[in-house]
Amino acid sequence: MSDPTTGAPAADWPLYEVFIRSRSGLEHKHVGSLHAADARMAVEHARDVYTRRQEGVSIWVVRSADIVASDPAEADALFEPARDKVYRHPTFYAIPDEVKNL
Amino acid sequence: MSAGSAAAVRRDRALGEALFRYVLRLADTSLVLGQRLGEWVGHAPVLEEDLGLANLALDLIGQARLLLTYAGEIEGKGRDEDALAYLRDAPEFLNLTLAEQPNGDFAHTIVRQWLIDAWQLEIYSDLAGSSDERLAAIAAKALKETRYHHRFSSGWLARLGDGTAESRGRTQAALDSLWRFTAELFAADEVDERMAAAGIAAPLVPAAERWSARVAADLGAATLALPAPQAHPWYGKRGVHTEHLGHLLGEMQHLQRTYPGVRW
Repeated sequence: MSDPTTGAPAADWPLYEVFIRSRSGLEHKHVGSLHAADARMAVEHARDVYTRRQEGVSIWVVRSADIVASDPAEADALFEPARDKVYRHPTFYAIPDEVKNL
Repeated sequence: MSAGSAAAVRRDRALGEALFRYVLRLADTSLVLGQRLGEWVGHAPVLEEDLGLANLALDLIGQARLLLTYAGEIEGKGRDEDALAYLRDAPEFLNLTLAEQPNGDFAHTIVRQWLIDAWQLEIYSDLAGSSDERLAAIAAKALKETRYHHRFSSGWLARLGDGTAESRGRTQAALDSLWRFTAELFAADEVDERMAAAGIAAPLVPAAERWSARVAADLGAATLALPAPQAHPWYGKRGVHTEHLGHLLGEMQHLQRTYPGVRW
């Protein structure tokens, strides 16, 4: 099951990303990753590794290989153009006095 | 304990003695199995399984603490959970023989765990409706833990049984070698019969049928073969043990035996 020389899980245990919902109503947040032979085992491992101190009420696991990520080499093209558009922050809008509860 | 069964136990010394032994059987099975699982800490195949097995062990030892405390109160001789866990010798332990069997390879550990998880599922389900309120409360708490334990162990059983030729061979071998201890799980003796008559525990025959159905379904999912029934010369729950229990207790009780009353 594990590589006897490195102690790491064998290559046939894929990596899963773990997301935990800390309580009802909140979103799932990424908390880390782990190796597991299948999805069911990944949920059990996530339960044992990441929720043993009551950190969560729900677990998502996703095969890391199934995540499509942006390319760090493209960071300039993807994220730089937003830099000079601070007017996109809602703080630029004046709120009429009549509007309550905003 | 409910007022009714507490009064009945006070009136009937033989019933009190039977209840003491019955609770010890549950407690010792959890304690001994928890101690066995603890032996994996630092040695499991991967870090996550190390944590997983330790979590099962802690659940089981937690059950044992509640049950041993209750057993000590029933006995009424001032023995607390520590006295019962650390200062009894093997013949006074009443755990199922299956629980004390060595870890062996990972397949042995999983098969042993799964067989006992399936047993505890039925026993705790019934006890959650016991007329003994204390036992009912302990069983209701333990049942939630046991449902996870069974999920864990049956998942591994399927993974190993329906896995590679080697994992399948090892798991079938573990099943064939441990099966001879399963006849004891539901073999009712006078303690069980007295508990059923008093409404404290359910009769074992329906539980045995549900256990067999679950075991057959899990084995089907794992593509493993059900071993043939075997007669059982094993009586761990009557205090007659295999040689393995003494070694386990030697390690578990070493500190209290060497330094009586030590705390840290």
